[in-house]
Amino acid sequence: MLRYTLKRLASLLISLAIASLVIFAVIEVAPGDPAAFMLGLNAQEDTLAALRAELGLDQSKLQRYLAWVSGMVQGDFGTSYQYRTPVSEMIADRLWVSLPLALYALALSTLIAFPAGIYAASRRGKTGDVAVMSATQLGVAIPNFWFAMMLVLVFAINLRWFGAGGFAGWDKGFWAALKSLTLPAIALALPQAAILARVMRSALLDVLGEDFMRTARAKGLSRAQALRRHGLRNALIPVLTILGLQFSFLLAGGIIIEQVFYLPGLGRLIFQSISARDLIVVESVTMLLVFAVIVVNFTVDLAYAIVDPRLRQRQ
Amino acid sequence: MSLLSIQSLSLNISGAPILDDVSLDLEAGEIVAITGESGSGKSMTAFSIMQLLPDEAELCGAVHVSGQDVTQLPEATLCTLRGNAISMVFQEPMTALNPVQTIGAQVAETVHLHRPDLNAKTESVRALTRVGLPPDQVSHNKYPHQLSGGQRQRVVIAIAIACGPALLIADEPTTALDVTTQAQILDLLRQLVRENGMGLLMITHDLAVVAEMADRIIVMNRGQVVEAGQTAPLLAAPQHPYTRALLTASSHNVTLPETGTNGPLLQVNGVVRDYVLPRTKLFQTPGHFRAVDHVSFDIARGERVGLVGESGCGKSTLTRAILGLEPIQGGQITLGGQPVIGGLNIRQRMQVVFQDPYGSFNPRHRVARLITEPFHLSDTPQSERDARVGETLTAVGLSPEDAGKYPHQFSGGQRQRLAIARALITRPELVIFDEAVSALDVSVRAQILDLIADLCAQYHLTYLFISHDLNVVRTVTDRVLVMQSGRIVEAGQTAQVLSSPQHPYTQKLLDAAPVLPPPQGEIDAQRPLV
Repeated sequence: MLRYTLKRLASLLISLAIASLVIFAVIEVAPGDPAAFMLGLNAQEDTLAALRAELGLDQSKLQRYLAWVSGMVQGDFGTSYQYRTPVSEMIADRLWVSLPLALYALALSTLIAFPAGIYAASRRGKTGDVAVMSATQLGVAIPNFWFAMMLVLVFAINLRWFGAGGFAGWDKGFWAALKSLTLPAIALALPQAAILARVMRSALLDVLGEDFMRTARAKGLSRAQALRRHGLRNALIPVLTILGLQFSFLLAGGIIIEQVFYLPGLGRLIFQSISARDLIVVESVTMLLVFAVIVVNFTVDLAYAIVDPRLRQRQ
Repeated sequence: MSLLSIQSLSLNISGAPILDDVSLDLEAGEIVAITGESGSGKSMTAFSIMQLLPDEAELCGAVHVSGQDVTQLPEATLCTLRGNAISMVFQEPMTALNPVQTIGAQVAETVHLHRPDLNAKTESVRALTRVGLPPDQVSHNKYPHQLSGGQRQRVVIAIAIACGPALLIADEPTTALDVTTQAQILDLLRQLVRENGMGLLMITHDLAVVAEMADRIIVMNRGQVVEAGQTAPLLAAPQHPYTRALLTASSHNVTLPETGTNGPLLQVNGVVRDYVLPRTKLFQTPGHFRAVDHVSFDIARGERVGLVGESGCGKSTLTRAILGLEPIQGGQITLGGQPVIGGLNIRQRMQVVFQDPYGSFNPRHRVARLITEPFHLSDTPQSERDARVGETLTAVGLSPEDAGKYPHQFSGGQRQRLAIARALITRPELVIFDEAVSALDVSVRAQILDLIADLCAQYHLTYLFISHDLNVVRTVTDRVLVMQSGRIVEAGQTAQVLSSPQHPYTQKLLDAAPVLPPPQGEIDAQRPLV
């Protein structure tokens, strides 16, 4: 188990190093001069040069890369070109919205998908299965921004249970903040839940056909007991894979939902920074998201090994 | 009252008749074997007793276990019987256990389920010790993948006997195991029956196993019981034509045509194949596992050589090395003087027939395309290829019209004929049969063996026949090599090696292999049906 963990950890560090190089290189070739953008069209050439020097844009690429990486390691993400505030503070503010939103959506999605998938698998081919599968089909097909607008229309405008948008802030209290994240979390969670339920169902159906499930029945376990005690854990591997991918998506991919609900999240930050050529923010947020994805994958890898003893031994 | 009594059991699954008017009895302490070929309904009889049938099954008739008709019991009551009064052991020990639970936990679960008054852990240790896995030898915290096939089958048996069932059903319990392991598992089952006074219903296609184990035999064919009786008299004088056919096919012998051998074709010289083992410590030199250890032998043109040994002995690795698919760390393999590694032209001079007639064909290709695949290596013109398709299909006992069909339109035996056609179509100098008849029913196996003998006469085949079945090797080879732990421990004329084995391992293999009692004289066989 220790060897396995160390190996995964090494692969995590290598992935991070490669990702940082790629992100830096891509941002470098992107057109647009941040200094020119900040000073406007009529800027003097010597003012531009001074600003570039101040921002460190006149240094060599290697120097800038090393400065960027070593800064990040120490928690210093640089200063935003646009707002002249430390990027780390901006990210921290936004992360307080995006991370809870992603976790909230993930929890909802799991809570919906697991029972739905298990129910559908245990009723294979019967009405219940067909109903759940049709519902998930719909969930996958409906665009989440449209669904988000419908949620606003029904629950915010007609029923007035929730606010139509904006974020209350955690200083207003846990429940107030959670309430303002509820509609966005539902909008994010439903399509994910639909996908996850389908994966859960097919993974369980695969497991139900295995010989050891027959052994479980021959032991005297009922269908439901066999499914719970022997089926679920074996079906968990493909489900964990999808769950990991979904978390990464939810953290970064909420841009549209954040726009619909006017949430000050990471997605909106990166979108606004790209429009403003605030390259240092774009770089840092992208790197942070990559870091999150890689860490989630690492966690999923460890979860595999906990679930399946065969993986603990193999290499 | 019989322990098990099945009366006029008929079974349909989705409208297809599976069992037709099956009746049988079994007393406590008795071993009854149901035998027959695939599709005879023997496994479904077992699942009917367990009431573990697919949802679409329609059952009529009665199955009394200790006086209770299980077909009439509600599911909740059946759950209290399964694993408790009636237990079952399955064919595939490799997949019959949950891979993510320790073996101790899997045995304890049964006890916990049926005997909550007992300490599940203590009972689990007791059951595993009884089947020959005491905790000081095999930790009960191990997972199934850490055990061998025989050990896993012992765990499955431990699960089945943990609650002291009155009736044990064993569905092909040793089919997936090596002969020596098979002998141990059969011994264990016999001992459990003797000591516990259980009834054992054994399902097996292997008549030799039946002959050694069973008190009584029930022969099934197409869902019907065709013959039943005490083992010895039934095997000595079978009454039903199907039973006779089955017995004849089980001990089927072919006569290989005499072909002179001229000059060595395949030369295997001091071959070594090492696998690097994963390191257990960071800066340790990695260890090696020697799968093939300085193996040398020759096969002359026209010679038919057998290779026997148990699983893990290196047979498959050696085969792959001969085919040039496996790098070797020492020695040399040459075919007609040319090394087998490097160059595709050497590959078309060898062809191979695999065990599984279902898995070795792409289901979306037609026969003509499937069997001409070996031509991709050569520049044979299309017209000649087409001519060869018809000719080869005829040679393996199919018709040229079959070229347009898909593999699913053929039976298992016909598919193995196709596999042989695919191997022969390029007229290879060497054919390798890798467990080529092991997955086939006895009657089909007899036909394929006849076909191989015919083809020997027609094409002067040179082949290497790899099998774990000594009876088959005895009849289709001139010479035999016995392999153990990567080494050839004995080699010689087949008849001589198998009748007076010199090496202890060969002797052990032969001792472990169950044998059918020799058939009584011709007079008996021709006696009119009573």
